[in-house]
Amino acid sequence: MGITMIRAALTTFLTLTVLTGVIYPLAITGIAKLVFPAQATGSLIVENGKVRGSNLIGQSFEDPKYFWSRLSATSLEPYNPASSSGSNYGPHHPDLKKAMEARRAALQALDPRNPPPIDLLTASASGLDPHITPAAAAYQAARVARVRNLSLDRVYQLIAEHSTGRAWGILGEPAVNVVQLNRALDR
Amino acid sequence: MSKSARFDPHIVRGALMDSVRKLDPRHQAKNPVMFVVLVGSVFTTVLGLQALTGRGEAPAPFILGISLWLWFTVLFGNFAEAMAEGRGKAQADTLRKSRRDVNAKRLDEPRYGSSYTTVSGALLHKGDVVVVETGEFIPMDGEIIEGAASVDESAITGESAPVIRESGGDRSSVTGGTRVLSDWLVIRVTAEAGESFLERMIAMVEGAKRQKTPNEIALNILLAALTIVFLMATATLLPFSIFAVNEAGKGQPVTVTVLVALLVCLIPTTIGALLSAIGIAGMDRMLQANVLAMSGRAVEAAGDVDVLLLDKTGTITLGNRQATAFVPADGVSETQLADAAQLASLADETPEGRSVVILAKEKFQIRERDLHQLGAHFVPFTARTRMSGVDLDGRQIRKGAADSIEAYVTSLGGSFPTGVRQAVESIARQGGTPLVVAEGNRVLGVIHLKDIVKGGIKERFAELRRAGIKTIMITGDNPLTAAAIAAEAGVDDFLAEATPERKLQLIRERQAEGRLVAMTGDGTNDAPALAQADVAVAMNTGTQAAKEAGNMVDLDSNPTKLIEIVQIGKQMLMTRGALTTFSTANDVAKYFAIIPAAFATTYPQLSALNVMHLASPESAILSAVIFNALIIVALIPLALRGIQYRPVSAADLLQRHLLIYGAGGVLLPFAGIKVIDMILAGLGWV
Amino acid sequence: MSGNDLTQLGFYLLVLLLCVKPLGNYMASVLEGRRTSTLERGLYRLAGVNPDQGMTWKVYAAAFLAFNALGVLAVYSILRLQHLLPLNPQGFGALEPHTALNIAISFATNTNWQNYGGESTLSYFTQMVGLTVQNFVSAASGLAVVAALARGLASKNSESIGNFWADLVRGTLYILLPLSAILAIFLVSQGVIQNLDGYVPVADSKRVLPMGPAASQVAIKQLGTNGGGFFNVNSAHPFENPTALSNFFQVLSILLIPAALCVTFGRMVNDNRQGWALLAAMVLIFVPLLLIEAQVEVGNMEGKEVRFGTTNSALWAVATTAASNGSVNAMHDSFTPIGGLIPMFLMQLGEVVFGGVGSGLYGMVVFAIIAVFLAGLMVGRTPEYLGKKIEAFEMKMASIAILVPPVCVLLGTAISVVTPMGLSGLQDRGAHGFSEILYAFSSMGNNNGSAFGGYGANNPLVNLTGGVAMFFARYWVAWPVLAIAGSLARKKTVPVGPGTLPTHTPLFVGLLVGAVLIVGVLAFIPALALGPIVEALQ
Repeated sequence: MGITMIRAALTTFLTLTVLTGVIYPLAITGIAKLVFPAQATGSLIVENGKVRGSNLIGQSFEDPKYFWSRLSATSLEPYNPASSSGSNYGPHHPDLKKAMEARRAALQALDPRNPPPIDLLTASASGLDPHITPAAAAYQAARVARVRNLSLDRVYQLIAEHSTGRAWGILGEPAVNVVQLNRALDR
Repeated sequence: MSKSARFDPHIVRGALMDSVRKLDPRHQAKNPVMFVVLVGSVFTTVLGLQALTGRGEAPAPFILGISLWLWFTVLFGNFAEAMAEGRGKAQADTLRKSRRDVNAKRLDEPRYGSSYTTVSGALLHKGDVVVVETGEFIPMDGEIIEGAASVDESAITGESAPVIRESGGDRSSVTGGTRVLSDWLVIRVTAEAGESFLERMIAMVEGAKRQKTPNEIALNILLAALTIVFLMATATLLPFSIFAVNEAGKGQPVTVTVLVALLVCLIPTTIGALLSAIGIAGMDRMLQANVLAMSGRAVEAAGDVDVLLLDKTGTITLGNRQATAFVPADGVSETQLADAAQLASLADETPEGRSVVILAKEKFQIRERDLHQLGAHFVPFTARTRMSGVDLDGRQIRKGAADSIEAYVTSLGGSFPTGVRQAVESIARQGGTPLVVAEGNRVLGVIHLKDIVKGGIKERFAELRRAGIKTIMITGDNPLTAAAIAAEAGVDDFLAEATPERKLQLIRERQAEGRLVAMTGDGTNDAPALAQADVAVAMNTGTQAAKEAGNMVDLDSNPTKLIEIVQIGKQMLMTRGALTTFSTANDVAKYFAIIPAAFATTYPQLSALNVMHLASPESAILSAVIFNALIIVALIPLALRGIQYRPVSAADLLQRHLLIYGAGGVLLPFAGIKVIDMILAGLGWV
Repeated sequence: MSGNDLTQLGFYLLVLLLCVKPLGNYMASVLEGRRTSTLERGLYRLAGVNPDQGMTWKVYAAAFLAFNALGVLAVYSILRLQHLLPLNPQGFGALEPHTALNIAISFATNTNWQNYGGESTLSYFTQMVGLTVQNFVSAASGLAVVAALARGLASKNSESIGNFWADLVRGTLYILLPLSAILAIFLVSQGVIQNLDGYVPVADSKRVLPMGPAASQVAIKQLGTNGGGFFNVNSAHPFENPTALSNFFQVLSILLIPAALCVTFGRMVNDNRQGWALLAAMVLIFVPLLLIEAQVEVGNMEGKEVRFGTTNSALWAVATTAASNGSVNAMHDSFTPIGGLIPMFLMQLGEVVFGGVGSGLYGMVVFAIIAVFLAGLMVGRTPEYLGKKIEAFEMKMASIAILVPPVCVLLGTAISVVTPMGLSGLQDRGAHGFSEILYAFSSMGNNNGSAFGGYGANNPLVNLTGGVAMFFARYWVAWPVLAIAGSLARKKTVPVGPGTLPTHTPLFVGLLVGAVLIVGVLAFIPALALGPIVEALQ
């Protein structure tokens, strides 16, 4: 390997590093902050100057007055945003069945109806899923209305306000943002 | 070749002996696939013996049963190879008998009548000049420099009729080991002892010097790669299985015997065992066609040929022209001419001569006459006079080329009429051959001899075209005539007024386009073109130079054989390809047999994969191994015979072979293994 | 599956196939050097490179390897010195040598296997200057190799297979950078974060929201079939993939370049049909597996996000393993047994069904060479591919290229299942535990990078065996491919005739599919039987 090749390799490596590793991300950061400042910085929920979380990052809701979010397997504690993780239980893992049964029991203690939607019994991939399915929201609506002394219609109205349908009518799944929904309930 | 000939009991017996002899690891190491089987056989034998002492990994009968069939697998492969070699060996033995050490008369000066010393033929060197006389064997390959003789070449060609060999021209080469029947020859030796045509031929038919052909090497690499993949897939099963046993907490890790059985079943043993047999059989088929290929590479290249250069005469047209018309001279009636021509041709046994008699009968109802009754005297054709004819009742009738007859009549005080000269020229222009007839000093007229395109040749060319091979006719004729014959014969192209240089140039041009060119040739002036062509078939009657330049020699000296050679080449490749596909496709069923069986104790739920419902894990594994061995034997006839060649497009051929050997290869073992399993279970062996 | 599920899958395939032709033609024009700029010319001047000067395959391979070696070295150094480098608001420390080596090889080889959690391990500097750079140049290296192979097939009696530096620079400047920039901005609009701020504490709690330049890296990780996530859970993370639309365009980007390269290839070898045939073979393997995957995952929400549902999770899983991408939007470890088997099997096929940028196509061409060889024998003619005779040398190189990945996978798995360290990170017992290890090595041994998360693979043994597997799977495939390119370039081109086996017909596509499947099936059925198949039969 000649000196010309070493020069070519080193120079190309360095210039491409600057281009793709410095200029490109910085340029994207600049444009992003200019055009989409809220999204670029995490779609934060700011209340009175205090960061309360992000519209995109799920939170743990275990109180009967809230719509419960899905199970979370993040390390240290559920919904730990600094450490995203799924349960990674294999389909036959005994703990998976245990976790689902425990959740089912807890839900059915409050809402003795069968069966709870599957998303409420399972942990999400990220452990930070901000959504539940419309079915999961409907399952819990009566309970939340009861505990909060709200009319069922009002609860359903709030659910609808924080629901998203399929993009372009085709893509993705309808979902209810449980973080926003619960904040709306608290207001 | 009939089937019975191939399975000649004598050959089979010899092959059986050879199968055992070929167990020599040094022989097996040349074939990676079969070497793996051999190692597996030895290994399982050791395991089996260990089991007999009561400390085995599995019951001894099971291990030894597997081991026995692995040995059979190796032996069957050896048997296939030995069978393929058998025929060649038999032929070599015959040839060897004709390789006798004869004494040679080495001339002190290179001319007939010179003094000579008698030396052993083995001591002759290139350039020595010898004389061979009636009844003597020709001691060494050579070129005739003086004389002409009839030679018995049956030792080489198998053809009992003697052939004429003479100095000069295209019939000047002789082969050591052949015998002069009449007259004498002065020969310049062209080969050193041990390098003669006969020696090379013996080596070739014995397969001793057989080198792997390029495609065979490439295929071997692929087979070796597959073997490594399967070696990995099976070897890693041991740790996988240990892990599984630990985790499941039950069963036994898979035994080494089962792993070896699985490995042997998976690696492409079918094609591995038959690969060299296919190659040898290909060479052998060439020999059956009386073609001696100087290398396997040439045989293989024959399958790839896309352009065939075919000499017009003898290949496309009948070697002999036929009389089609009588053109009388002024003042001579057509019947008169026909009558004279018939008389001159009655004793002429050449096809041309006979065609004159037939034409006279058909056109003028001139019946055949008996020359003896007429008291006629036949004057045969000689190279000196270049005429033939008949003398009767004082009439001297002659026929021959225009210039010979002209010389003849002029010498008798006659003249050559202008009208006849014009007729001669006109016939020549049409691509015919004019034959002038004279009686005494009077020219009677001209017989028109015409090229006759061989029957069925057009269809053969169409076949070749469908298989992607173009035909080019080579002729010395003028373009007009050539075009007419080309159209009639249905060739794709032609080269008219061909000279050796133009022929060479044509080959180079086609090769530059990326095509593979095949041709035949016999003359010394064909040598450069033969050397250039990818597949070059020299006629055995041809000159030494032509034979040296070519990579095949046709002992029958039949130029049409080129087409057969191409088919044999293709057959060889097709057989390899089909059996490789078949061999690999077989693996699917073997997995279904062995995988559930191998892990039956650890993961009983895998028995869902036992779709063949084989009786027991042991019988499943043994059945797969037995099938794997027996399929080799079952395919030996196919390997030796080769897959039937069909002149259809590549895509059609592929579709057909994929269906038979691909789909068939997937399905057949399911049935085969099941049947063997039923027999084993029925016999209560497992 | 519901009608909407099928519609989503159909819509995805439709959009993908619509993009293939224009992008493929554009990439051909780039790789044939028909686009240029001042920036490009300045770069060559600086590097002392003449882009028009052809290289023999050996020089080309040397340049490729030298450049990639620099990449490994650079990433390793950055990881080891992370605590001393800027843009590290969380003050992450240096990584262990074996971890750093694994990551360095992982990103240089376009594998992007991750033995770490991004948000808890890596600084912004590392993510940008270390990993994002490799995301670009490893993909561009793959583009270069496939361009060289196409040139080898297209040229006659030539020693040159092109200039590596030119291919690398053009691929980066005109293909990867513009596409990434567009995608990155779009992703930000959907909510993917892009900033250099420190992690944001949530008021009145101990929680912090991670931040960073995610969008710029996510864009190239998808387009370059890298797959290395900014966050631990990759594109399942709401900051990395927040909406159905961000999901759609990311999963589209996964297959976009590998699919379009087929068209590029057809253009470069002057026979468009050849490219379509290769693409057809890929689609034919992809679609049935996709449909099965989507069907078996219906109702299994463990390890899946609500906004994607099971169908988009299945689509992603199949796309990311068909391509050697390896990013995930759901946890494959929690898939049903068959749902886990399919992604694993797609990787084990050698990452040739779309595969990595460049590497997928050149892998598929190697299979085409094998298929052509078998087919050629079956029709009684020395095999030709695109007019080039396939002989012993090509078969030797093709065999190495096909052989290396399965050997890496099987050996790596075998070592791990019998060593205590290999087993130390195993979360599940029994057959599923085996599946986790097999998946890990299938992923590394084919440069995919996705994981069955249950296998904690950050230990010296797995980092080293995996590193070796990734290294061999990349370079011991690329190098023989370049050798084939060089050898074919030297050959003359045989004209097409009726005796030539056409390689653009449905028949040949079928044969190619068969060759890919049979090699994969035969090599991995025993291993799969002890993992997902046993699980499925439970």
